[in-house]
Amino acid sequence: MLSPESLKKIDREIAKYPPDQKQSASMSALRIAQEERGWLANETIEFVAEYLGMPAIAVYEVASFYNMYDLAPVGAKKIVVCTNLPCALSGGVHAAEYIKKKLGIDFNETTADGLFTLKEGECMGACGDAPVLLVNNHQMCSWMTEEKIDQLLADLKK
Amino acid sequence: MTVQGIILSPDLDGDRTWRIGDYVKRGGYDALKKIIADKIPADQIIGEVKKSALRGRGGAGFPTGLKWSFMPRAFPGAKYLACNSDEGEPGTFKDRDILRYNPHTVIEGMIIAGYAMGCERGYNYIHGEIFEVYERFEEALQEARDAGLLGKNILGSDFSFELYAHHGYGAYICGEETALLESIEGKKGQPRFKPPFPASFGLYGKPTTINNTETFASIPFIIREGGDAFLALGKPNNGGTKLFSVSGHVNKPGNFEIPLGTPFSTLLEMAGGVRGGRKLKAVIPGGSSAPVLPGSVMMDCTMDYDSISKAGSMLGSGAVIVMDESTCMVKALERLSYFYFEESCGQCTPCREGTGWLYRVVHRIENGLGRPDDLDLLNSVTTNIMGRTICALGDAASMPVQSFVKHFGEEFAFHIEHKKCLVPKDVQHEGSKIYVA
Amino acid sequence: MLDIEIDGKQLQVSDGITVMEAANQVGAYVPHFCYHKKLSIAANCRMCLVQVEKAPKPLPACATPVTNGMKVWTHSEQAVKAQKGVMEFLLINHPLDCPICDQGGECQLQDLSVGYGGAQSRYQEEKRVVSNKDLGPLVSTDMTRCINCTRCVRFTTEIAGLMELGQAFRGEHAEIMPFVEKTVDTELSGNIIDLCPVGALTSKPFRFAARAWEMSRRKSVSPHDSLGSNLVVQVKHDTVKRVLPLENEEINECWLSDKDRFSYEALNGEERLTRPMVKQGNSWIETEWSVALEYVANGLKSIVAEHGADSIGALASPHATSEELYLTQSLIRGLGSGNVDFRLRQTDFSLDQSLTGAPWLGMSVADIGTLDRVLIVGSFFRKDHPLIAQRVRQAVKKGMKVSAINPAFDDWQLPIANKLVVSPDQMSRRLLGILKALSDQKGVEVSPVFGEAMADAVIDDGVLAVAGSLASGRRVAVWLGNFAIQHGNASDIHLLAQEISRVSGARFGVLGEAANSVGGYLAGAVPFGKLNGKNASEMLSTALKAYLLLNVEPELDCANGFAAVETIAKADMVAVFSAFKSKAALDYADVLLPISPFTETAGTFVNCEGRAQSFYPVVKSLGDSRPGWKVIRVLGEMLGLAGFALDSIEEVRRASFGGQSSVDESKLNNTVSREGAFVSSAAARGLQRVADIPIYFCDPLVRRSASLQATKDASEPVVRMNRRSLTQYGVEAGTRVRVSTGKGQAVVLAVEDEGVADGCVRLAGGHLLTAHLGTLNGEVSVERL
Repeated sequence: MLSPESLKKIDREIAKYPPDQKQSASMSALRIAQEERGWLANETIEFVAEYLGMPAIAVYEVASFYNMYDLAPVGAKKIVVCTNLPCALSGGVHAAEYIKKKLGIDFNETTADGLFTLKEGECMGACGDAPVLLVNNHQMCSWMTEEKIDQLLADLKK
Repeated sequence: MTVQGIILSPDLDGDRTWRIGDYVKRGGYDALKKIIADKIPADQIIGEVKKSALRGRGGAGFPTGLKWSFMPRAFPGAKYLACNSDEGEPGTFKDRDILRYNPHTVIEGMIIAGYAMGCERGYNYIHGEIFEVYERFEEALQEARDAGLLGKNILGSDFSFELYAHHGYGAYICGEETALLESIEGKKGQPRFKPPFPASFGLYGKPTTINNTETFASIPFIIREGGDAFLALGKPNNGGTKLFSVSGHVNKPGNFEIPLGTPFSTLLEMAGGVRGGRKLKAVIPGGSSAPVLPGSVMMDCTMDYDSISKAGSMLGSGAVIVMDESTCMVKALERLSYFYFEESCGQCTPCREGTGWLYRVVHRIENGLGRPDDLDLLNSVTTNIMGRTICALGDAASMPVQSFVKHFGEEFAFHIEHKKCLVPKDVQHEGSKIYVA
Repeated sequence: MLDIEIDGKQLQVSDGITVMEAANQVGAYVPHFCYHKKLSIAANCRMCLVQVEKAPKPLPACATPVTNGMKVWTHSEQAVKAQKGVMEFLLINHPLDCPICDQGGECQLQDLSVGYGGAQSRYQEEKRVVSNKDLGPLVSTDMTRCINCTRCVRFTTEIAGLMELGQAFRGEHAEIMPFVEKTVDTELSGNIIDLCPVGALTSKPFRFAARAWEMSRRKSVSPHDSLGSNLVVQVKHDTVKRVLPLENEEINECWLSDKDRFSYEALNGEERLTRPMVKQGNSWIETEWSVALEYVANGLKSIVAEHGADSIGALASPHATSEELYLTQSLIRGLGSGNVDFRLRQTDFSLDQSLTGAPWLGMSVADIGTLDRVLIVGSFFRKDHPLIAQRVRQAVKKGMKVSAINPAFDDWQLPIANKLVVSPDQMSRRLLGILKALSDQKGVEVSPVFGEAMADAVIDDGVLAVAGSLASGRRVAVWLGNFAIQHGNASDIHLLAQEISRVSGARFGVLGEAANSVGGYLAGAVPFGKLNGKNASEMLSTALKAYLLLNVEPELDCANGFAAVETIAKADMVAVFSAFKSKAALDYADVLLPISPFTETAGTFVNCEGRAQSFYPVVKSLGDSRPGWKVIRVLGEMLGLAGFALDSIEEVRRASFGGQSSVDESKLNNTVSREGAFVSSAAARGLQRVADIPIYFCDPLVRRSASLQATKDASEPVVRMNRRSLTQYGVEAGTRVRVSTGKGQAVVLAVEDEGVADGCVRLAGGHLLTAHLGTLNGEVSVERL
């Protein structure tokens, strides 16, 4: 189900916790699984559950609670824009609108080519960098002017 | 960087001086080495922290030394330490900079805390959205391990302490300390009811102390220079410097490390003043959960726990959200209410049901569908939420509503009566355009 | 003790209890939804907010510990305001569809909304809709009504032992669900229906069948496992509509197994026998009671006259009542025969003569929770004893260490500290090993009887661990399970377990197969004691001339179902006393006498702890069926036998077991002995069959409950082998294979199961598919098709 590399990463996470607390690695295990598979299908969740010796529903609880996990397929590049108040005061909403126009999609939609998914995000703890957006749950992009958005989208298309 | 101070000192050079070598050059790990070399007793360390009048930097402002003294001394078995770097309160972005620019000060602070409280293991819970920072912190941890500062027999002593990073993945509620513990346990982040408190029943049911990133980051200075020196940086009962995250309608948003008690006007100046020369309208002085204050009230405040509290709000995490006259207060509240609705964990009734209700009422007012008794309804619903939930999120969702309605009631009434905004749309548009300093 | 005050009443309470528990002590009702005395504290509904002196805000009574000098007001203005506020929140997204909700009339939300809810809703927005979940054939869902109290989630996790439900998503979108397409499969699932304070989880078999207030509630006792759960049977128009637990902390607490709860479906099923029937030629005709009874009486008389009394015998169900069992054996003995038995799946009866009392648990059920060590020998524990397993599950949380030895394990959903998975023929050798190790550790001599056999003792890490565990306990028990009792060398296992108990200072007990496994002995429904005779095995190996079958379906209830039917069919007369008209009986029986099931008769079951629980009919007998005890009594009188002039059920009870609810402990005894040295039996050569009797195959009622039959636990038997055995016998998991014995064969699906011992196949009994294989336990061969 998951590659040996992913399993190795998960094992490294498990080692962070006391030996009888394997389930503590559920969040990173799901993250690692999602990084490999693109999203969390039910089979993937079940696999993680089995790997960690947890009931499947307990892992599903985690996967459905934290909103950076995707329980449905997303584009190759997931862009999450923060529109919360501090960001909005410095153009967060405008940045999101600009991306929508550029990609021709709304929030929670994926471009026809399957390349981009756009989502509205909550506070990322980087309000001083507004507008901020997060690519694939990993790369945080700060001070996103229209020019920088253009550049980013161009880079991501490569 | 425009900051100065003991945590984010001006000699920090962006992404280049965070490594252990640079930290040691700045006097890093001296405090820890001193403790180990002089075999300073745990009590003395806690005493020093008490003397410093350091108060928790996460939002609640609880005296740190006192919190540490709650940990049972002679507990048989594991005790844990947790650092709360799950910074997701709108307006707050200080911990990210601490972890990016000076991760070892947090590590050193946690090792000292572990020593003082006899913890064998610690976790730093880092907001999932700043994943790159989490990765850097893991690197810093490895540096510390390689230097013999973490792990078994630290610096050749009989003190052992393990420290790991745990990441969140998109849940504001995990900033609540017991939700954070649940999350480290690999569960969904639903807060626990208290009592029992973490000091007796924390991570994996064991005694646990949880402090904010900035709190831990303040520790090395306190041990190195003494509690009095730290206290002297601020004012009585409000020891030390504090990081303030200034966002919103200012010319230079960013983090500013200043002594507690600095006038708000000075902080506003440091942040470049209100953007575009517009008039200051309102300020949320302590993160989105703190009650909003009119600009005029804020201009008379100093930035410390007591002054802001007297003015009717909270210093909270030190997140200052500045709003100028182009801001529609109904729209601003609508966005905040949506946030709490979205982030409610769903565990207890008043919050699960009430946050959605609040958002929907504010939403309809903003959209010209408000009803005459909506403001009474909002007040009544918030009253029914506040103080009746398991954790503080219920209060956090209610306080913005109450304070916005209290201080800007006329604007809400105008919306309801005229089905439109008091602030013209084009002014709002102009004020919320993409702005990068 | 702490002094506190609740609503102005002073009281002393013990330290560590909550305000809720203290309030209960003074009879102050605090409204609540999520709180439940048997579940962990969640404090999530917030309905129980009360005012506490010096507290700035109302506190949840369920989660607030009492402190000395505390003053609490449960109905002050502050408290009621908070409670009303919470009620409003609970109702804003609740559909308020009480008129079409099965919970209506017995709904905590409905009841409390009368006191705390507003007349009109201030919530004008669209209400939340939550999709329903398929939890299986027993529990119906209307998830829009759910108030997220998480009682059901906590139940599956804490009481049933496996988290089968969770609360997924968050905030307003939070919903209770199983994992995607999974169902709730625990054998205790029905309890979540009782726990649900609203109409989100209701009984599927009962759906829309009646309103709570239309039914009368009558007490009864479960006729299934050896626990004897107390029941509330709900009746409308003389029909059983639903079964609920009657709380009895000493027995079933507030729980029921699904078997106890849903078997009632069989009571009004199509196979109910409602008229006496007599076979004439090859056809069955319905007849009057007098005709049918006369037929039986005349038949018995002439057979006794012609072939002697020893040519008649009775086989009775261990689920029959004490009264029925007593009268049956009285009748047989009155006719001069000792051929009576109720131990239908047992094959080794060699200890009978040494028994001095009825084998029983050796302790009270309530005391299980105080044990710190237990060794369970030969048991499919969780499915055979769902609520005893539940007690053990809770005890384990308090430190009990469980050891178990069995040839096959499914997941008991409780931590087993030491698990010995050994083939049936090796069980004795391991028990010898445990005995030896224990003796060394405790410094207690083993009886010389076992001296020679000790050479056969197998001592490995597992055995040492079990011995170590038992030796370190202070309150220890050793229990024999159903598999041990049904084992081909049950006597060896019994003797060894008894000696292990003695050496370790443990209490020794027998878990007991059925509702009246103890009662059957007390009633004398065994072929020894008063007048010796043939046991079940003997009666079924060589044909008698006449059989009385009391609630027995030999093809499914006997150790060797196929042989049993073959043998019985040879008799001159077979009289079946049964609530059901089974297809098989139509072949081998000559007369069918419709006797009432437990809901239609007075009766008594003596549970595993020796507690006699009597009950009375809750509904009228269906059709012409009549209580078994009356039928047998009349038959006895017709035969002119002494001792049948018993006019009331009480008189029968007195004769059967003394009539006391607590059986005289001198009549309960597990101690047995065997002359001569203990000799261990030979090891098996081929594959050994290990037959469990699945929970919904084990008696005539459950076999006829449509809903229970639709559960996963009732799926068709498969043959389970571990990977090594599969490889060794060239069988592929997932394919159909032929399992054969000298007697017959069965074609079943092969499944890989690492819980099965080497050299064994686990293949269930109690099912027609496997009835042709002969004995439950013995050698079989497996071949691919």
